[in-house]
Order: sequence, then structure tokens, then C-alpha cells
Amino acid sequence: MASTTVEPRRPEPGPARRRGFVGWFDPRGRRLGGYAFILNRLSGIGLVVYLYMHLVILSLLVQGPGAWDAFVEIALSPPVLVFDVVLLAGMLFHGLNGIRVGLVGMGLVVSRQRALFIAAFVVAGLVTLVGALRIFGGEG
Amino acid sequence: MTETAAELRTTRFVVSRRKEGDDPGELRYDTFDVAVGPRSTILDSLVSIRRELDPTLTFRHSCFHASCGTCGMRVNGREGLACVTPVPEGGEVMVEPLGNIPVVTDLVVDMDAFYDEFDEAGRPLVRVSEMIPGAEMAEGIDELERYEDCIECGICLSACPVAGSDPRYVGPAALAAAWRLVDEPRGRDPGPVLRLMDDEQAAWRCHLAWECTEACPSGVDPAAAIMRLRRAATAARARRLFSFGGTR
Repeated sequence: MASTTVEPRRPEPGPARRRGFVGWFDPRGRRLGGYAFILNRLSGIGLVVYLYMHLVILSLLVQGPGAWDAFVEIALSPPVLVFDVVLLAGMLFHGLNGIRVGLVGMGLVVSRQRALFIAAFVVAGLVTLVGALRIFGGEG
Repeated sequence: MTETAAELRTTRFVVSRRKEGDDPGELRYDTFDVAVGPRSTILDSLVSIRRELDPTLTFRHSCFHASCGTCGMRVNGREGLACVTPVPEGGEVMVEPLGNIPVVTDLVVDMDAFYDEFDEAGRPLVRVSEMIPGAEMAEGIDELERYEDCIECGICLSACPVAGSDPRYVGPAALAAAWRLVDEPRGRDPGPVLRLMDDEQAAWRCHLAWECTEACPSGVDPAAAIMRLRRAATAARARRLFSFGGTR
């Protein structure tokens, strides 16, 4: 029997009042998954900003030992060490939540997504705490 | 309502207002003081406003018991069915139309495009896979049917942050419907729908905020359906890549 398969076509979207890009970071009315979404974006954007900062800072090496030593002195000051702790927290959360997003996003362990988020958050928090103690304790 | 006068309290409602021809970027809100009781819902209050304070206030409703899906709106920034959303205690109550869907007037949104997406998804209505095995049939009933949970209220689309920033995204409801067809084709070819949804603006556009599942008043769990749709789409791609045949 001859048959023709007609591929369905999606309709064009109409105009709507949308929350837009800023709405990604609006915590009002959000629930646990929404907070994971917001945190993942904030940490991701933070890591991209850090990557470029890191490259700029590394470029100090071409200015010689004096420039690098001056930067290291700044890097060991308490305000910058706080930044290191925030960076560590961002890396840990984004990485661990990335594993969750990867697994769930491929249709695996879908029913465990809440537990995975909580686990990622708790593990990131605990490791950040240990890291903060080491950073400020001078053992790092 | 059967509340006594002693149980009533006055609550201020801040309601989004918009009429045809208004500037879409301009937001306007009207305030109404309404006497509400402990069992009053948002829909009860809106009906009171329209009956006693402003007959021009426009909103959709029908069944009053969370099965028609027509009274979806946002209350204090969170989506819900007005007919089963109690009036929050303390402070003002802000009532707005669903987000990410064009507003027609006041609290009424244009659901046409939202409904059209269901047609593309195959519009599955009956869930054969969850019929109760061994259930006793009532006299005159040959077969039990368990209908799909989705009441097509649009709440999931409103709650979705990705739909909020990209109008091309198909949205959670249609994707969940597509998954139902793929999961339970019942003689139909799910290939075209699966290929349609295996797209960067469909199953792969979801960023796992899970807001659709949390907001759904009917227990559909669209987010999980989207993830399972992804798995099916990936398996279908792998089969095509290795020429295992089939369209799924």
C-alpha cells in the first residue's frame, strides 16, 4: 500500500510578554529546580569571567618576575583569598551539577534529579568549607 | 461560599489590566479590596471583583474544580489554577496573566499557538499503559480508559524560564504530549513526531529548571517526559547512524 508520510510542522510563535534573559535570574516564584537553574547560570558566567581574568593575569609573566611577584603578593591578601573560596564553590557546584545535568539530560536517573541536586549542593558546600579552612589556614 | 461574616477579612488584590490596543510594554495594575473567607479561592475573589466592583475585568474560567484548565494565571508571581488556589493570608495579592503567552486582555491569554503545538505532537488523549489490570467493569462498560493528565492550561509554559527568553521553544506541554505518543504509539508511527521534537528548539532546548513539573497542577511531569524524549531521540539517531533500521 502506497503511503505518504507528512512531517508535522511547528507553528510560528506569537508575541508575548516574556521575562527575557533577566528572568533567568529572577528567584521570585522559583522552586528547587529553578534555583539549580539560576545557580548553574551564575556559576557558569562567573567561571567564564574568571577564565578571561586568568588569561589576563597569566600575561603578567611576560612582564618579568617583578610584575608576577607583585601580583602574588596581592593574590595572598585576604580579600582575594575570599574570591578564591567563591571561585572554588562555583567550580565545585558547576562541575557537580554538570554531572547531574548530563545524566538527567540524557534521560538517565530522571526520577533522582532532586536528590542529585541536593547531593551536588551539599558536597560542593562541604568541600568548599574544607578548602576555605586550608586556604585561610595557610596549608594550601 | 458559606463563610460567616466573622470569618471574612479584607484583602487587597492588585490585578494586571490590559485592553486591546494598549502598549504591550506598558504594565497597568488596578487594586481592589475584597472580603474573603478562609476557604476563598483566587477565582472566587475575581468573580466578586467582577460582580461588585468592576464588570470590565476579564478572565477565563469554567469548571471551578481544576479539570478544565482555563483559569491558569500567576498569583504573587507563581503559576496556578485560580479555582483551587486559596487566597494567601497577609499582604496584597498580585494577580497576573500567564507569562510567555500573548495577552489578549486583562488575565486572558491567547492559547491558540499553545494548542497548535499539541496537534504537532500527535495529541494523545488516552493512556492505555496505565489501565488497571483486573479491574471490575461496571455494567455496560466494556473497557476502562485512563485519560491523559494534561489539562492544557499553559501553566508549564508560563513557568519555564527558557520559554521566557526564547519564543521559538516548543515548550513543556507539547513535548510531554510528544513523549506520550513515542512511549505509547498504539499503532501510529511515532517517527515523524520524534524527529520533529529531536530539535534544538524542542527536546534539546530544555535546561532542566524543572519548573514545569513543579508548577503543573495535574501531575504530568513534563520535565521527565522531555528527558525520556531525549533518550528516545538519541537511540533513534544511533540506530539511523548504524543502519539498524526503523523510524523510532
